Amino acid sequence: MNVIISVIGKDRIGIIRDVSTFLADLNINIVDISQTLMGEYFTMIMRANTEKSTMPIDKLIVALREKGEAVGLDINLRSEEIFDAMHRI
Amino acid sequence: MLTDKEILETMGMVSSQHLDVRCITMGISLFDCISEDAARTATKVYDKITSYAKDLVSVGDKIATMYGVPVVNKRVSVTPISLVGAASGGYLELALALDRAAAEAGIDFIGGYTALVQKGATAKENSFLETIPEALSRTKKVCSSVNVASSRAGINMDAVRKMGEIVKKAAYLTRDEDSIGCAKLVVFANAVEDNPFMAGAFHGTGEADKVINVGVSGPGVVKAALEKVEGDLTEVAETVKKTAFKVTRVGQLVAKTAAEMLGGEFGIVDLSLAPTPAVGDSVARILEEMGLERVGACGTTAALALLNDAVKKGGIMASSHVGGLSGAFIPVSEDIGMIEAAAMGALPMEKLEAMTAVCSVGIDMVAVPGDTPAEVISAMIADEAAIGVVNHKTTAVRVIPVYGKGVGEDVSFGGLLGRAPIMRVSGYSPEKFISRGGRIPAPLSSNKN
Repeated sequence: MNVIISVIGKDRIGIIRDVSTFLADLNINIVDISQTLMGEYFTMIMRANTEKSTMPIDKLIVALREKGEAVGLDINLRSEEIFDAMHRI
Repeated sequence: MLTDKEILETMGMVSSQHLDVRCITMGISLFDCISEDAARTATKVYDKITSYAKDLVSVGDKIATMYGVPVVNKRVSVTPISLVGAASGGYLELALALDRAAAEAGIDFIGGYTALVQKGATAKENSFLETIPEALSRTKKVCSSVNVASSRAGINMDAVRKMGEIVKKAAYLTRDEDSIGCAKLVVFANAVEDNPFMAGAFHGTGEADKVINVGVSGPGVVKAALEKVEGDLTEVAETVKKTAFKVTRVGQLVAKTAAEMLGGEFGIVDLSLAPTPAVGDSVARILEEMGLERVGACGTTAALALLNDAVKKGGIMASSHVGGLSGAFIPVSEDIGMIEAAAMGALPMEKLEAMTAVCSVGIDMVAVPGDTPAEVISAMIADEAAIGVVNHKTTAVRVIPVYGKGVGEDVSFGGLLGRAPIMRVSGYSPEKFISRGGRIPAPLSSNKN
């Protein structure tokens, strides 16, 4: 399943490393990344694929959120379908 | 490829503008549960509902997690109980079975304690109507609706007269809870058979065995989109249309996914701007954003007409099947802007009635004094039915004559039902008009002026 992952947190060294480690641990493959700094906040949007992951998506969402909270990041994973539905005819 | 802007827009709608799927409603046909024995019918009804809807809540929660959009309510609507219980006459047993089934399935509401008597009522249907107040007072989750008029049949004024008395009795029997029974009772003209919203949901006789209907909401999303519009009303209408399109697409996705996961047919998406008492989730605020100082000011009916029409136009293309009530709801107690306007006197009952001519429902969640006579309630129902019948649209009345309370006082129902100031009703009597009974003939469909 293609998913969109958003990451928001106060900027610091190692955010991308942390997040990509979490995703690798969960067998999620990153397809595309874009990031920007809004004031002191780091915002990253990732497109990824969960095909290799053995966890169901609802468990992945919770696992990723918890891992994010532990290092001060707000990480949300959602199915890409909702974005496609809303913005593509 | 999706752009960052599009992704952030969707996330913003959910996180700060209250975009939600208001309800996933499973329609279940109960025709195969009918028997001559009341207890047996009740058992079959309980068994069928708990079996069909056993995964409804978990699927709703799973979809909410997967797409990151809250699914606020999970509900069931059933074949009108006046039909299901006609052979046995055990209507109250069925109401209790529905309530137990709803509790067992963990759903929020169950609708379908319903009768369709727009042209006439059988003796069985009349005895069913008499059971409504007790059914509402003895159950927690059961919702009731009665269709008393249609554009084809006209208005059944005998049923209208009776419904005034039934509303009053429901208010009395639930007097310890501010007459909350009336918040679960809707009187319709031109009722629709696939409406997922409560209290008026029932599963029509032309529907399949198991159908998934989804109601999406999002007044906050429309309000936020309009905040950026400085142009004329053409631009306002276009913005509402585009926003309604996006919101409805979410509903379509959720409805299709839910139907697949639950093994039911995808019925319809109902795109209704359904407010909640939460700040930022108000239809009244959209009208005020268009440029009215307060909802209820002159211009409110025009603004609401624009909104209702643009919502429908945007939603129609976004879903393969749009149905239900689709439009803008204006329930007084469930909308912070409506509550404020009614409390400060900016929104009198007469203006509210005018607004119902162009919105998707009617006099909804309006608290009136507890000593309002039954015939006045009946006359309010007749007025709304006339608006619906003549304009070929659904209208409804859900008024709460709050027992023991009067104008100037407040009533609070909690949760999605909200709170409301008691509104003033005309003190002049319609008693003779209502006591005549009979039928108001169906209106002419041509030579319209």
